[in-house]
Amino acid sequence: MTDSPTPVDEENEAVEGEIPGEGVETLHGSAVTVSNGQTVLHPEKNEYHDLIQALNDDGYGVCIDLCGADYLGNDTRSIPVTVPTERFELVVNLLDVHASRRVRVRVQVPEAAPAVATITDIHPGAEAMEREANDMFGMEFEGHPDPTPILLPDDWQGHPLRKDFSMGRIPVQFKAVEGR
Amino acid sequence: MSEAEAEERALVVDPDDERMIINMGPQHPSTHGVLRVTMELQGETVLRSKPVIGYLHTGMEKTAEDLTYLQGPTNVTRMDYAAPLFTELTFSLAVEALLEVEIPDRATWIRMLMCELNRMSSHLLFLATNGMDLGAVGMMIYGWREREEILRFFEKVTGLRMNHNYIRPGGVAADLPDGWREDIRKILEVLPDRLEQFDVLMTGQPIWRERTQGIGVITTEEALALGATGPILRSTGYAWDLRRAMPYLAYDQVDFDIVVGTYGDTFDRYAIRLNEIRESMRIVEQCIDLIPEGPYRTEDRKITPPPRARIDESMEALIHHFKIFTEGFKVPPGEVYTAVESPRGELGCYLVSDGGPKPQRMHIRAPSFVNLQTLPHMMHGGLLADAIAVISSIDPIMGEVDR
Repeated sequence: MTDSPTPVDEENEAVEGEIPGEGVETLHGSAVTVSNGQTVLHPEKNEYHDLIQALNDDGYGVCIDLCGADYLGNDTRSIPVTVPTERFELVVNLLDVHASRRVRVRVQVPEAAPAVATITDIHPGAEAMEREANDMFGMEFEGHPDPTPILLPDDWQGHPLRKDFSMGRIPVQFKAVEGR
Repeated sequence: MSEAEAEERALVVDPDDERMIINMGPQHPSTHGVLRVTMELQGETVLRSKPVIGYLHTGMEKTAEDLTYLQGPTNVTRMDYAAPLFTELTFSLAVEALLEVEIPDRATWIRMLMCELNRMSSHLLFLATNGMDLGAVGMMIYGWREREEILRFFEKVTGLRMNHNYIRPGGVAADLPDGWREDIRKILEVLPDRLEQFDVLMTGQPIWRERTQGIGVITTEEALALGATGPILRSTGYAWDLRRAMPYLAYDQVDFDIVVGTYGDTFDRYAIRLNEIRESMRIVEQCIDLIPEGPYRTEDRKITPPPRARIDESMEALIHHFKIFTEGFKVPPGEVYTAVESPRGELGCYLVSDGGPKPQRMHIRAPSFVNLQTLPHMMHGGLLADAIAVISSIDPIMGEVDR
């Protein structure tokens, strides 16, 4: 994509108590950054499921939020240089209710094959949110138990929250009524 | 389906199979708007169920990408229309986190005061609808009456009864009006008696208990696995409240208790909300005394429009005013997630900025949307009549579910 990786400031890299790596900190093999005081992990797409499992074992047992983001035309995203950028991002916010801490996982999802593994086997609560991300961005979740539209009508064409889906271009779609 | 397929399917129908699939809603009065629940019934027992949503989806997250940060609250306030101030709050906190702007103490306390009043009005609305759903129609009138007192105060402060657009990035829209302490004291004076009446009318009443106790049970583990927060999680006995666990605003400076249940049933969820009104009243009382003097919004002219009088005498003020209302203020690039404890659970806002005056991505983590996933779980194996009680006890706001 058009995104060029933005170098991360040195002060944005430090996370206390994590394994120091070369240049960028890592946790469970994923790059760690700090964004506005919040810990963010940047796993590879194929490491994503294992990372969520590892974090679950660490105590991050609640998937509090899952959503997509489209970075088409946005070259300002904060991401370590070691992570190759893609058009879409899958953003998962995890919560540890025992230690009152949060972590955010940002997965780069390519436009050509926007498919990632589902995490509903670890966090059943992610089911509705993954369906929503599928509706809005066309992300496919491999192994999802019920990958049907949740907010959009069954016969809706397109993915509204993509940046190239413009507002007001497509008229309101009503289901066909027979005999009219 | 072709004819051959139809025949094939017809063969597997078991004549003794009395299961049937019915749709409840989306026009059913107890579904709080436009929730449709598809249920598989065996006689009166619910075997499986699935909430079908999306009837109220209006693409508010897409709309947010076309509004400036100052216009943003007008959009998000329409999501949870029973507790609009909380969505404004979480959005404003997200914008302020990206701007790295400090807001004045008075603004923080006004936000807290208004949010707690809003929590009271939202829970009173719950008591009204919960009573109505289960046949205590008198309760509907009483709950609405008490809520009206609070909405009247909101109208005085913000100009609107709902969808206030009061909490904005940088502070609040207006200072509290003269005599606000007396207005709130009047509400606080009336409410305790009324809540006692609710206890007599509902809490201690055998029919009410019969109808709600042991219905729609959920455990702590199940609630956490499904991402349920708010009164649903607390009803299982797990004291998780963001106001205590991850304090925001000035919640670490006020004294209040977290109300928890024991059994995770419909009655616990009812009782928690009733008692949370009492706790919110405690916080409001403390706010009256502790609220500091000072500006009610940040003095940063890049974010807050200048006072009207300054525009006549200062060219700079005029430019700031013009820039804020035409282009909007720019927010540094970055992404942030903020969360507050709404009456329904964790209300989060994930905001991505590309450095422009409009958000690149604005996502609201709606508690009702996630909490609704507990519905099939709670209804499983229960009676159809209890399904109404369970839906009601989740207290979903469909505007927030569908966004």
